[in-house]
Amino acid sequence: MTRVAEPETAEEVLGQKKTLGRQVHGVLHRMPALSPLIVLVAAGVVFGLANPRFFLPGNLSIILQQASIVGALAVGQTLVILTAGIDLSIGAVMVLSSLVMAKLVKDGAVPGPVALLIGFAVAVLAGALNGFLVTRIKLPPFIVTLGTLSIFTAGTLIYAQGQTISLPANTFLTWTGSTIAIGSFNLTVGVIMMLVLYVVFAYALKQTAWGKHLYATGDDPEASGLAGIRTNRVLLSAYVVAGAVIGIGAWILVGRINGADPNAGVNANLESITAVVIGGTSLFGGRGAVVGSLIGALIVQVFDNGLALAGVDPNYQVLAVGVLVLLAVGADQWIRSVKS
Amino acid sequence: MTQPVLEAEGLIKTFGPVVGLAGVDIQLYPGEVLAVIGDNGAGKSTLIKCLSGAMVPDGGSMKVDGRVVSFSSTQEAREAGIETVYQTLAVAPALDIASNLFLARERRRPGPLGSVLRMLDTSGMKRDAKRHIDELGISTLQNISQSVETLSGGQRQAVAVARAAAFGGKVVILDEPTAALGVRETGQVLRLIRDLRDRGLAIILISHNMPNVFEVADRIHIQRLGRSAGVITPESHTPAEAVAIMTGAVTLETSGDVTAASE
Ligand SMILES: Nc1ncnc2c1ncn2[C@@H]1O[C@H](COP(=O)(O)OP(=O)(O)OP(=O)(O)O)[C@@H](O)[C@H]1O
Ligand SMILES: [Mg+2]
Repeated sequence: MTRVAEPETAEEVLGQKKTLGRQVHGVLHRMPALSPLIVLVAAGVVFGLANPRFFLPGNLSIILQQASIVGALAVGQTLVILTAGIDLSIGAVMVLSSLVMAKLVKDGAVPGPVALLIGFAVAVLAGALNGFLVTRIKLPPFIVTLGTLSIFTAGTLIYAQGQTISLPANTFLTWTGSTIAIGSFNLTVGVIMMLVLYVVFAYALKQTAWGKHLYATGDDPEASGLAGIRTNRVLLSAYVVAGAVIGIGAWILVGRINGADPNAGVNANLESITAVVIGGTSLFGGRGAVVGSLIGALIVQVFDNGLALAGVDPNYQVLAVGVLVLLAVGADQWIRSVKS
Repeated sequence: MTQPVLEAEGLIKTFGPVVGLAGVDIQLYPGEVLAVIGDNGAGKSTLIKCLSGAMVPDGGSMKVDGRVVSFSSTQEAREAGIETVYQTLAVAPALDIASNLFLARERRRPGPLGSVLRMLDTSGMKRDAKRHIDELGISTLQNISQSVETLSGGQRQAVAVARAAAFGGKVVILDEPTAALGVRETGQVLRLIRDLRDRGLAIILISHNMPNVFEVADRIHIQRLGRSAGVITPESHTPAEAVAIMTGAVTLETSGDVTAASE
């Protein structure tokens, strides 16, 4: 018998025959933010055609400013969701933190930077509490943060005593609200901070070991533990770092509303989750890109703004966001199900 | 006599009422392949999880190179030079092959990029991952940036084996590394095991495949109902006798008598 070349294995033969579905799957897997980006661009084109004012620099900067708070929170929310967790308390922590900052300056005559640090520390501690309960007491993140949501909300209302606090513009704490005009394009310091958060965390998640471990832990905690990752530390760090991000979000909030309002941002908890989910990050953990959450936050604002400019009943924005959430979750389900 | 590179005495591990290990002794010498065989639930995986730091035994002691150790994490076992391929493979499905190979021991870029910005040496790790995979002769893995979940079961197993082999310190433990492999891939893994042994590493191989075990092992540890039922060699016993001991049809002593009597 003559010897022929080594027989090809079934995988080799099959591997060469890539179906269209497999290719689309591969692309979406590598670039989870691609489909939301397509939605964002398409929405922009449609709203621009419906009302040319949509693309005026002034209008675009309003969209960015409106997205700045939820955009910042969505960074923290992405970290937690990547670990297959969820943080329902994120908006409540932001409001509490912003109230502490503003109240210390207003009532306590504390210098702005010190008030900022204390408010920031409150947010970090709140994140640490969530992380502690999730990793040490081993409670599901949904339940933990549902509980802390109530606690932080109550804490805010008790601390505020029904007051809203207004601060003068152009102080240290309200610096985040000051505008930087580029032509007729008005950026605020808060918007820039929010964008910087995305750059920092896009880097940290993709280029550092911490980011790799966050993805791996969310993907398969047991395997990650066996591979040598200290998964509890990674989980805890996600909540603590999310707390720090929320602290920055609180500062942006103070600048945006020139003070603090215990009833501000009541929807921010769910809006940040919406942004992350529309942005293509999997609620099951381990998949997604933080930039998707920015796109998700922008999509929500673009629909809000564009539909208003087009003279459409604003309730359709709520409807559209709901449809997008379901589409995004469906796409994620498909991405996770197509395997070898 | 040479000193065992890894040894354990009286290892006990219970899961509530279930006894995983009921006092197991095991010795592993440098440059040998020690196979561990036993029925399902005999405690093979539990044994290697204790040896590799994935589980903390309830009792017993362990030594590496004669020094008493106790591992509270797989990381500590790795630092002592023990690499493990778990039965569940322990790969992160959504991460690519290179990331999985270097999981939990990522390498940073030299200079301030690495030390200050903590930037990973992604391209360097990809290059090395490719080299390790090539060394293993797993030609079916073409794209090192492919996510592990898109691989077949056999390819996934190859990634897990490559990870242990790439960093092999003193001891490599493989829990059923060929269970999902085809004939050719199995041959590759067996060849790799011999290569590692020839490099002086000590190997623990868990397998249900008797021909493989008898082909590659120097000694065979038989695990039965959470206990060691004895240690044999491919020369001293036949596969049929090994299975008989494994299932409790005979004990090592009586089977030894049978062997002796038949000689
Ligand atoms: N995490 C655990 N919790 C409870 N019981 C366990 C656990 N791990 C193992 N066991 C039990 O311990 C015993 C030994 O299991 P082990 O996995 O070590 O067997 P094994 O020899 O590796 O079997 P297999 O050949 O099926 O892999 C079994 O009865 C099993 O049910
Ligand atoms: Mg097993």
